Amino acid sequence: MGLNLVVLVKQVPDTQNITGNAMKEDGTVNRAALPAVFNPEDLYALEAALRIKDTIPGSKVSVVTMGPPPAVQVLKESLYRGADFVALVSDRRFAGADTLATSYALKCAVEKMGHYDIVFCGRQAIDGDTAQVGPQTAEKLGIDQITCVSVIEKVDEEKRELLVRRSIEGGFEMVKAKLPLLLTFTDEAYHPRPPSAIRMLSYKNVMAESTSQAFDESYMESESVLKRKNNLQLWDIEAIKADPEQCGLSGSPTKVKKIESVVLVSQEIKMVENTEEAVAKMVHELIADHTLG
Amino acid sequence: MSAKKSVMVFIQQTDGKAADVSLELVCKARELAKRLGVKTSAAFIGSDLKEEAAKVATYGVDEMILADHEGLKEYTPVPYAKVMSEIIRKHEPQIVLYGATTTGRDLAPRIASVLKVGLTADCTDLQIGDHEVKDKSYKDILFQIRPAFGGNIIATIVSPEKLPQMATVREGVMRLTARDPAYKTVFTDFPADLKAEDFPSEIIERVREEKRVNLKGAQVIVSGGIGVGTKENFDLIVKLAHVLGAEVGASRAAVDAGFVAKDHQVGQTGTTVRPKLYIACGISGSIQHRAGMAESSRIIAINNDPDAPIFQIAHYGIVGDLKEVIPRFIKAYKEKA
Repeated sequence: MGLNLVVLVKQVPDTQNITGNAMKEDGTVNRAALPAVFNPEDLYALEAALRIKDTIPGSKVSVVTMGPPPAVQVLKESLYRGADFVALVSDRRFAGADTLATSYALKCAVEKMGHYDIVFCGRQAIDGDTAQVGPQTAEKLGIDQITCVSVIEKVDEEKRELLVRRSIEGGFEMVKAKLPLLLTFTDEAYHPRPPSAIRMLSYKNVMAESTSQAFDESYMESESVLKRKNNLQLWDIEAIKADPEQCGLSGSPTKVKKIESVVLVSQEIKMVENTEEAVAKMVHELIADHTLG
Repeated sequence: MSAKKSVMVFIQQTDGKAADVSLELVCKARELAKRLGVKTSAAFIGSDLKEEAAKVATYGVDEMILADHEGLKEYTPVPYAKVMSEIIRKHEPQIVLYGATTTGRDLAPRIASVLKVGLTADCTDLQIGDHEVKDKSYKDILFQIRPAFGGNIIATIVSPEKLPQMATVREGVMRLTARDPAYKTVFTDFPADLKAEDFPSEIIERVREEKRVNLKGAQVIVSGGIGVGTKENFDLIVKLAHVLGAEVGASRAAVDAGFVAKDHQVGQTGTTVRPKLYIACGISGSIQHRAGMAESSRIIAINNDPDAPIFQIAHYGIVGDLKEVIPRFIKAYKEKA
């Protein structure tokens, strides 16, 4: 039998390693200067799905990402790690999507997969840190969700049930739930497996060929080019049968009003020399005014 | 009384006790409601809530809506999202606030999806203002302010076209104001209509791990960043904290580098703190970190780099090597105290 496992992943700018030249002079972030990476927690979601595939024969791992053409890189990396099928959901009309419009498009993509048992996501992406797309996609699919999962303790294929460990403030919960459902993962428990060299070799040329034809300046013409190589699919708005009104900017109730770099309020600072006397004087001041007891 | 167009707060509870962040949000809702000339309301979902609801109300709730149901004792997303969405549909608040806790961040997006309204995660400030785009203008809109992009920028988000405007707000950023035991509150029961299929998941066990780190309650925090350099050097931070009777904090970078465990993390994705004294060692002071500690009464910054942004919010600044400064600090403290 096996289970159909769908993993939702995102390519993100590496905001965890921002250096000086990643900020423009006006204080905004220069996305182009940041390397694009596999969203860290999404790798844990993929690992969780691959572990189920390793233990339940006949299971299939499909990976979906929504993004511009270069996002195909995270799909490649998913194939190298063991995914069976990957799909890039890409269309100019998705641009400017907030979490609601994003989850709508992802819901349409998951439904296009046909039958699914578990949807896996990272808890949140490091560019937005919202943690909203997982729960919103679950709601749109009309299924249950468990967020902040660290470990899948047990999957009962017969009863269509699973038991997971979920991180909460100051501890954890063991939650039993029924399939189908959506899980979001933290980076606490699993160690994502590295790409397999053999899989890299077997997919490399195929992917290069596909991408060179599909990801040219004309953006996405159709999925026909790739139909013959059916472990990578390119889906546009029509392919996933999405309503354009609910996608991109028009489907996004939240708008960014203003972006500011952070202006620090300078205040009177006492600069203290790095000498024994000066440090001692500061410490004595703090003791005198009861800041230090 | 109608709570129409109120500012509503979702009251989160564990074992029947309201979360601190929910009380903070009631206080903030009161301020926003006053500015808007509307009432405050609270949606309290759980089981056997009467007594706690009366307590929560004294923080300034005009209408307390109680969804009391045995099946709602513990939070699970499907039934809570169903009941909360129904409460919102019925009472039509213009703003709904949730704590940016594990529960709030699980529930609020699901409700935003049901109602097809906007939601801004993890706000650090909320304001009311006017919003103008091209030929349209919106009066008295909720400005939802949050750090974005790894905390390198501050974004103001609005959702002007659809009501309610919803946001999750980080614990500790809104101030708790004094309770008013005589506050007049109308209590309304909301009948939760739930069937067996509304409960697809079940909490088998909840384990509280004893908290080893108490950043929130600490008077003094000695915190280390990536500039500390190595795990061995981080022992100096721990040593200083030990001498001062302080708690050990850390920036996200220091946690990611493996210098110290995650429960020590201060900042946007860690704990928000307001100690009497915060000693930042080798912390450059990203906005993400500052969001969690800028309101400390006193800040000492110790850093090699004289241009580190942390100096701009510090009260005392020492440019120098931690390995020299910290032993001097310890020596001076031991002599005097």
